[in-house]
Amino acid sequence: MSSQATVHHDHHDDHHPTGIMRWLTTTNHKDIGTMYLVFSLIMFLLGGIMILGVRAELFQPGLQLVKPEFFNQLIGVHALIMIFAALMPAATGFANWMLPLQIGAPDMALPRLNNWGFWLLPPAAILLTLPFTLALFGIGDGAIATGWTFYAPLSVQGGIGVDFAIFAVHLLGVSSVLGSINVIVTILNMRAPGMTLMKMPMFAWSWLVTAFLLIATIPVLAGAVTMLLTDRHFGTHFFDAAGGGDPILFQHLFWFFGHPEVYIVLLPVWGFMPQILQTFSRKPMYGYKAQVYSLWAIGILALVVWAHHFFTVGMPVPALLYFMYSTMSISLPLAVLFFCWIATIWKGSLTFETPMLFAIGWIVLFGIGGLTGLVLADVAADAQYHHTYFVVAHFHYTLFAGGIMGIMAGVYYWLPKMTGHMFSERLGKLHFWLTAISFNLTFIPQFFLGLAGMPRRIPDYALQFAEFNMISSCAAFVLGLSQLIFVYNIISCVRGGKKATNKVWEGAEGLEWTLSSPPPYHSFTEQPVVK
Amino acid sequence: MASVNQREKNSQPKSNKKLVIRLLWLVVAAAVFGFALVPLYNVLCSVTGLNGKTNNTADLSKTVVDKNRLVTVEFTSTVMPGLGWDFYPQQNRITVHPGQVETVNFLAKNVTNQPVVGQAVPSVSPGQASLYFKKIECFCFQHQELKPGESKVMPLRFYVSPSLPQNIGTVTLSYAFYSVNK
Ligand code: HEM
Ligand SMILES: [Cu+2]
Repeated sequence: MSSQATVHHDHHDDHHPTGIMRWLTTTNHKDIGTMYLVFSLIMFLLGGIMILGVRAELFQPGLQLVKPEFFNQLIGVHALIMIFAALMPAATGFANWMLPLQIGAPDMALPRLNNWGFWLLPPAAILLTLPFTLALFGIGDGAIATGWTFYAPLSVQGGIGVDFAIFAVHLLGVSSVLGSINVIVTILNMRAPGMTLMKMPMFAWSWLVTAFLLIATIPVLAGAVTMLLTDRHFGTHFFDAAGGGDPILFQHLFWFFGHPEVYIVLLPVWGFMPQILQTFSRKPMYGYKAQVYSLWAIGILALVVWAHHFFTVGMPVPALLYFMYSTMSISLPLAVLFFCWIATIWKGSLTFETPMLFAIGWIVLFGIGGLTGLVLADVAADAQYHHTYFVVAHFHYTLFAGGIMGIMAGVYYWLPKMTGHMFSERLGKLHFWLTAISFNLTFIPQFFLGLAGMPRRIPDYALQFAEFNMISSCAAFVLGLSQLIFVYNIISCVRGGKKATNKVWEGAEGLEWTLSSPPPYHSFTEQPVVK
Repeated sequence: MASVNQREKNSQPKSNKKLVIRLLWLVVAAAVFGFALVPLYNVLCSVTGLNGKTNNTADLSKTVVDKNRLVTVEFTSTVMPGLGWDFYPQQNRITVHPGQVETVNFLAKNVTNQPVVGQAVPSVSPGQASLYFKKIECFCFQHQELKPGESKVMPLRFYVSPSLPQNIGTVTLSYAFYSVNK
């Protein structure tokens, strides 16, 4: 974006409540953004601890540490937490913090709604994890044990953990829909004078697509889990074959949401990543328009390819062919995006500060995720790979490398702006290299385990898989521990450090960099004019 | 600048409200769509046989036996959790000409000490074959009740329609027996 801005800001001396009441009642977009980000970080650590329990069990063949039932619960809750309570809130946190700053708005359009949107999350997280604790006191048999996909009939037969998870999904869904409405209204109505749609920062475009996807799919998920609830308790038979229902129907409903969901968590990253790349390449973003059109193309295609998640249920051949080709066609706009990202850094004057390291690592690793997705989209190949560790490795290259590492790039990029202090570059770089290396060591073996036929979501395995599982488990612990560096770096950056300039990064462009670091509590009380 | 600000202050809340209401309609539309998928899916399945459901009964009058073709029909059975029965087909597979009426017996035994009512739910794979699998008489048409310890022979009379697509040589019929709570 090559827009110039003039900024005026008055310093208000609003009195707002302090302490806990400030956070409970705040309608300030920066406060709410901070809460989302902190919540996300805590949940990321919690979800990480759960999966380390799983990797510890998988360190050796045989059953050593946990019961199979508990193993299943750990896997399912790990995924639900990482997707709904870590990745999505992180993206929403950035939206709250940065969208108003980037488009020159004083705040989000619907500040009070914004506050509710956030405060629905902690109860949802409690609902998800409470059954673990209840089981300790002999109530129920633990958390949801169906995996994050809630497949019927297992979810119809499961214990109270399923009910808790259903209500958690309801809360999370309401929160996401509220957040989406807020984002759309903010972007469409609150842009600074002169900022036409085609001058918007890419992050705003990507969030616009994300918000529409959420509005289109979250109600379907909410409907599906509601049907599940009535099947469980009120005698309906949506998914219960005994009463004429159909478990496969659940898979359709779930993945109608579930596939767009994977783009929902990534689109915001695709939005700010080009901004990071252009900052550290010191040249304008390549192919702005092509990127905008690709984002929309992916958003729309994402709604019509869902059945590639269950190619093996016994679909007729024409349906298989349709879902195979439509899935593969998503890689075309995705390839356009990759091309634009690479062209943006091509022949730039690159420097490799921590955010840039994460951004470059992200391009490479997310690329592997996309390519392996293409392999899975092949119906004939998927018959072998489905429900193996190959799929697990695929979606961790997309969700951990493409999602979490992307979010980390964003954190390092904007942290000085948000806190007013520089973080430790040395620790940041250490964090990057440890994360990148241990991530690959964790998941590359899983590709091979999957190819060799190791099924996912099983606590025990054949002896032939032992070495690769051991490597994967060891690396997973390094990966987990490395994140403590990240946490330490953030905390010490919040507490103090070298003062950050307004622009923070030499090549940074965009309205957020015209404000002080940290920005005043009320920014852009008078809107800047974009020429 | 001042005038811009003035305009923004006056006009924004109203247009925000309009947009929010439109977006809420979108949310409602998505929710309705989600629930509409249920009947849509069921219609699609019963037209195409996609999910292998075979609730069609047969009319025998105008079938001709196709002596030139043989089709293998396999039988499997599952007793679902909560039903204390033994249940299995007397023969696992049988070869028939399309159009030829056959009877296969299933054996059920209540191994509990209470009377139990069950319902069998059939499913055919491959799904496309389900439209061509015709049942004339089946224990799955009604609830079945067994007294404690009682055994029962449950017959199935069926034929495979001669219009079964040529590329299908084997049809598997699977029964899942569920308990019916009264
Ligand atoms: C060109 C791009 C992509 C293609 C063609 C693709 C294709 C596929 C296919 C066919 C499967 C199903 C595999 C199976 O279960 O047998 C799958 C699973 C999955 N993909 Fe992708 N994918 C792509 C990109 C992505 C991205 C960008 C994300 C996430 C951000 C993602 C996340 C997932 C997840 C989470 C699963 C597994 C879900 C589960 O079963 O729990 N994929 N992908
Ligand atoms: Cu998908």
